[in-house]
Amino acid sequence: MSQPAMPPLLASLLDAPLPPSGIDWLDQVRREQRAAFAAGGLPDTRMEAWKYTALRALAQRRFASGDAAAQTHAVDTAALVLPGIAGPRLVFVNGAFRADLSRLDALPTGLVLQPLSQALQGDAEPLRFALSRQAREPGDAFARINAASAGDGVVLRVAAGAKITAPVQLVFVGAAAAVDLAWHARSVIELGEGAELSLIEQHVASGEQMHLATLVSAIELREGARLHATVLQHAAIGASLIRRSQLRLQARAHATVHVLELGGALVRHDLQAELVGDGARLDTRGVFMPHGRQHVDTQLAIRHQALNTASSSIWRGVASDRARGVFRGAIVVAPGADGSDASLSNKNLLLSPGAEIDTKPELEIHADEVKAAHGATVGQLDERALFYLRSRGLPLAEARALLTAAFCRAVLDDLPNEPLRDHLATLLLAQLPDT
Amino acid sequence: MSMLTIDNLHARVAGKEILKGLSLSVSAGEVHAIMGPNGAGKSTLGNVLCGRDGYEVTAGTVTYNGIDLLALEPEARAAAGVFLAFQYPVEIPGVNNTYFLRAALNAQRKARGEQQLDSMQFLKLVREKLKVMQISDELLHRAVNEGFSGGEKKRNEIFQMAVLEPQLAILDETDSGLDIDALKQVAQGVNALRSPARAFLMITHYQRLLDYVVPDVVHVLADGRIVESGDKSLALKLEAQGYAGHAAGAAA
Ligand SMILES: Nc1ncnc2c1ncn2[C@@H]1O[C@H](COP(=O)(O)OP(=O)(O)OP(=O)(O)O)[C@@H](O)[C@H]1O
Ligand SMILES: [Mg+2]
Repeated sequence: MSQPAMPPLLASLLDAPLPPSGIDWLDQVRREQRAAFAAGGLPDTRMEAWKYTALRALAQRRFASGDAAAQTHAVDTAALVLPGIAGPRLVFVNGAFRADLSRLDALPTGLVLQPLSQALQGDAEPLRFALSRQAREPGDAFARINAASAGDGVVLRVAAGAKITAPVQLVFVGAAAAVDLAWHARSVIELGEGAELSLIEQHVASGEQMHLATLVSAIELREGARLHATVLQHAAIGASLIRRSQLRLQARAHATVHVLELGGALVRHDLQAELVGDGARLDTRGVFMPHGRQHVDTQLAIRHQALNTASSSIWRGVASDRARGVFRGAIVVAPGADGSDASLSNKNLLLSPGAEIDTKPELEIHADEVKAAHGATVGQLDERALFYLRSRGLPLAEARALLTAAFCRAVLDDLPNEPLRDHLATLLLAQLPDT
Repeated sequence: MSMLTIDNLHARVAGKEILKGLSLSVSAGEVHAIMGPNGAGKSTLGNVLCGRDGYEVTAGTVTYNGIDLLALEPEARAAAGVFLAFQYPVEIPGVNNTYFLRAALNAQRKARGEQQLDSMQFLKLVREKLKVMQISDELLHRAVNEGFSGGEKKRNEIFQMAVLEPQLAILDETDSGLDIDALKQVAQGVNALRSPARAFLMITHYQRLLDYVVPDVVHVLADGRIVESGDKSLALKLEAQGYAGHAAGAAA
């Protein structure tokens, strides 16, 4: 029997050799995940989670694996620097670790930070649980190919009680290359009991390119741990970037996550959190701001699984030109998660008639005494406010920028690092169209 | 010479003709009051003069300091010295009042090729103007008009006028909804700005304001036209007799 022709994307990703590890269990996981990817194929828009993100165009493209020049691309380090941030830094260029761009000397006590490729050369056993986790959902194609093909990434551990206050920077650089590349990275992040970590994940461009990158991050917070994470996605305008962040919060752990989605042609982020310990708390804040023909899809999934857990999510979308934004916020309060508190607000702004944002908040409550609030809106800039500002002398573009920045303000308001907050606010404004 | 000349102005809103051949001339140094029944087109006139979208001019001309005002974008009219105190000032959550006012002033100055004010210079200016308007500092730190009482919003309009120092100020019912002290403050704010170089168009329903800001001319706007003009005594007459006959007179 003849099989239907395999889409070029699938075929080219399967062409890539599995990274050699010399670790039996890991090789086996990789083989299994690759087989699952080949069998399951790409998700399509009939799947709820992919309803608004069609992969037709991407499926027709081919990506080469392995960048022979990954160690030698010249990268302007100024592009990696963020104001007010001078801590440890791990840098990857087209998926490969770059020691020369990283800053790993004089790590504070209690912090382990190393590239996955190095960590696997030592005792790999502590990574077994995180790396063996299977992707089971029908739409999990990219998580599977990531599990099969990611040869490098981040291993970050904070020892119990250690407080890492200088933010740790994880930087993923997409660099211009002779061909379109696919690369995959994996992060394993663990905060011990009562540990604290400030973390910044950056996706930046070094030259124009149209690579495909996947990143799967597993983030575990043990009892009473505290995480401040900021994700600044500023990938090349032609790049495709598919990320999954999986958080697990034990009792009284508290994670605050800020996400700015600015770059990329096709961007997908699955932010999945499980609040498994009593009193765990998660705050997510995000802005996606597609313009041109960008397509940015955020899928937020939060599961409250223990007593008195809390989550609050504030997301803003701003689309202009012919860009498309997608937001799905699914919150589940599982049986037994009594006394939980879940709130979600997603407001969206369309700055051009050709722009589109699809939003879908979903709330499922199976527990008692739960406080829950959620809402989503899609609208345009208030014409009366625009006229008011212009009547006072502000040019149209400035008036629009001022109102749009105000619209996004709630997302950045509680970011504790002030220089970073100002910088991100400036980046948001720079993203706005001039008209 | 006249600063503002409106000649046979016709304008439509939402497909409906509201201004139906309005003519009016205001010279520098003058204060004109415009009175008239609800729905006569007074706010429409203010909006048309400031270039609001959706207010379509179908005939007539507006000449301001010798230029065609209608050809300018709203922000260019502001930079040219036209100011509208809104009948219903707009609340703008998330935009700080002081930040907004400085951005507006500097945008105007930039458009006119003048030096922009740094934050110290601006603060000094604001302090001077605050004294006149008796606005509390606290309001300045809030978002534009957000949660302001009706009277606070009106005072904020006059405060903005004081800072922006326009040449032609159109005040749309700035006196409505004010208590007597606030009314006096608003009047004081206007009087402080009165000068031979400046003109005011004051839309009002009440002759009370005119006790404090004495107008040079009073007009009656009914059914989209100026149907009668006179001196201050016209306002007193209207107060006593109402607008009975004016709308009909306009149609005749
Ligand atoms: N945006 C709009 N859409 C539809 N109709 C409008 C709009 N703006 C004004 N109008 C109509 O135009 C007419 C004149 O309105 P305008 O606000 O100019 O009256 P006004 O003289 O200021 O009245 P008031 O004394 O009540 O403030 C009214 O019939 C009003 O309903
Ligand atoms: Mg009115």
